[in-house]
Amino acid sequence: MIEFSLNNAWLIPFLPAVAFALIVLVLRPLPRVSAFVSITCILISFIMAISIGIGVIQGGEKFVEEPFKKAVTWFSMSGLKIEMGFQIDPTSAMMLFVVTLVAALVQIYSIGYMHGDKGFSVFYAYLSLFAMSMLGLVIAPNLLQMFVFWELVGLCSYLLIGFWWYKYSAREAAKKAFITTRTGDFGLLMGILLLQIFFGTLDLQELAVRIPNFTEYGLTAGALTLIAAILFLGPIGKSGQFPLHVWLPDAMEGPTPVSALIHAATMVVAGVYLVGRTLFLFKTVPGAMAFVAFMGAFTALFAASIAITQTEMKKILAYSTVSQLGYMMLALGAGSLTASMFHLMTHAFFKALMFLGAGSVLHAMHNEADIWKYGGLKKYMPITYWTFLIGCLAIAGIFPFAGFFSKDLILEVVWANSTLSGHAHGPFQGLYTLLFIMASMTAMMTAFYMFRMFFICFHGELRDKHAHPHESPFSMAMPLVVLGILSVVGGWVGWPGLTEGKAFGYFVRMGEFEIVHANWTLIISSTVLALIGIGGAIAIYWKNAISHEELAKKFAPLYKLSFNKFYVDELYLWIIHNIIDGIGRALWWVDMHIVDGVVDGVAKTTKVLGSVFRRVQTGKMQHYALVLFAGVVVLVIIMSFADTSVASLSLLGGGR
Amino acid sequence: MIGLNHFLVFSGTLFCIGLFGALAKRSAIAILMGLEVMLTAVNINLVAISRYVTPEYLVGQVFAVFVIAVAAAEVAVGLALIVAIYRNRISVNVEDFDWLKW
Repeated sequence: MIEFSLNNAWLIPFLPAVAFALIVLVLRPLPRVSAFVSITCILISFIMAISIGIGVIQGGEKFVEEPFKKAVTWFSMSGLKIEMGFQIDPTSAMMLFVVTLVAALVQIYSIGYMHGDKGFSVFYAYLSLFAMSMLGLVIAPNLLQMFVFWELVGLCSYLLIGFWWYKYSAREAAKKAFITTRTGDFGLLMGILLLQIFFGTLDLQELAVRIPNFTEYGLTAGALTLIAAILFLGPIGKSGQFPLHVWLPDAMEGPTPVSALIHAATMVVAGVYLVGRTLFLFKTVPGAMAFVAFMGAFTALFAASIAITQTEMKKILAYSTVSQLGYMMLALGAGSLTASMFHLMTHAFFKALMFLGAGSVLHAMHNEADIWKYGGLKKYMPITYWTFLIGCLAIAGIFPFAGFFSKDLILEVVWANSTLSGHAHGPFQGLYTLLFIMASMTAMMTAFYMFRMFFICFHGELRDKHAHPHESPFSMAMPLVVLGILSVVGGWVGWPGLTEGKAFGYFVRMGEFEIVHANWTLIISSTVLALIGIGGAIAIYWKNAISHEELAKKFAPLYKLSFNKFYVDELYLWIIHNIIDGIGRALWWVDMHIVDGVVDGVAKTTKVLGSVFRRVQTGKMQHYALVLFAGVVVLVIIMSFADTSVASLSLLGGGR
Repeated sequence: MIGLNHFLVFSGTLFCIGLFGALAKRSAIAILMGLEVMLTAVNINLVAISRYVTPEYLVGQVFAVFVIAVAAAEVAVGLALIVAIYRNRISVNVEDFDWLKW
């Protein structure tokens, strides 16, 4: 089974593709059968992903040093050879496991959530298409294949955000998501092209060998930093990093399972995954690393500060996702593939859990989005309550929940890069100190806003008197429980003391394996920060010791800034309306008056010349005859003066 | 003694008169007459050259006869056209025949 799965890993994305084709072509009128086929396919993929995971763990060192790769030539010409295939190493095996697991759970969850929707079959078709694209991206052995699937997941995201197309806001959000990510993808494509031009290959393993010797390929460190920064634009767009984060909160217009699957657990981490895959490029130039780290830390803090004041459950979760993605980027920027991928995995568990929990609440409250309408849901929906509590504790980073281990690891690697640790080197250690402080603050804020939402939703009295909340059906509760368990135990795989250090970090890593020793100062301080955040939330939103309204009034300018998302959307709107449209108008003028002017000018010249010369055509036979005879006379005169040899006659058109 | 040159000058003059008539007259009938005069000038040329340059052959003379026959046919056609146009336009003035105009 393990052998078969490893050799045929292409089946993992292929099965959902089959499900997609079947549903679209045949099964569309049969919603139940569609769901069954789709779930069966993703479950088989999941089982294969697990057996690959077991194989990789058994293989150990072998897979870390040399990934298992199988590929066929897609196309080739001189100097360019592109392959299609799959590459299995601990990182991709981990991603396969996470993606198939969350996809399977979300598909099961959707049976209940999408029950009775007119587009039930189509929804499953899209989910299958998404699973195919995402899994293809994960196993891609080269950057071009990755890019193809990268665009495909973007397409699926567009289709699923706009799934309820009859809603204006959903349509707009879908367009916004697609256009914003495409803006970043342009940079990604440029970066891939530049890598191909300079290094002559897009194969990840080849690039990993060539890029560290970049001077042999006629590049300077500055130029390579620039290439890395251009490439990084793609992840900025896809993973919702500042300043292209604006699409992700709006993407919550899609059905909630979609938000859980695509906009929390899998697709948005594609950017993190891509940077992780090309980390050898960023690691070669410290400037690019610092850039990635700074973007990540800034996004984390920025999004967390917005999430504090939002009033819609899914919006808060969306900003929290942006913030956690920033954490992952920060970990990559600190040079740790392990920490980033570890957090990616645990985040997939607890964020999917919370989104599905939010979906459950929305389902119970008939799509009422405002959290201030909820309250006291604890007694109506206990399963949702307890699993949601686990999710909140996990994201806040409380021992022994999953988020604790991964968040702590990230803080530790940033700490190691900063002046605080005392053994860092390189020109950017001062920056990393700042980033460490930002990350710690984010951790506290995360704990605060998560529990703020938690207490408003589940404690106190139900504020909307007309609502009749109820617990969700089994198909929706079961994924919640599974993810809840994973959100508790998921982090234990990264426990430093586990199995002689051969934990998560032993497999998913880049470079030499180092045992990370527990840093007690850090663990205690981050836990204290999280507890302060939770304590604040308890005081304000549960015990009502401090009035949140008065707090908002006291810090009115800050509150307004945060509530309005720092006016980033308004700024973009202004830029688009004034600058982009202005440029558009200027170019329109150029097109109308200069480009069209030349074409019209040619036509007009012809017309004017014609209107002059048409006077020649008088229509009177005698005029024509006069001209004719005048011509004869001229000819005669020429001939009488010139040499009348045959040659000169032929010049005049006569002779032989 | 009248020589070839006299005939050539005479026919040239006649041709110019005919040409002037064909180009300057307004009446279509007069234009046809001008054309006839030009043909006559050509005939004189043919006959004269035949007589003075190659007296042993009658080619020029015979050709002149052909020209007369063709001219007669042409006048018949021309007059028919003029009649047809007259029926359309109630005029034989070529100033009015400007349908080829832009």
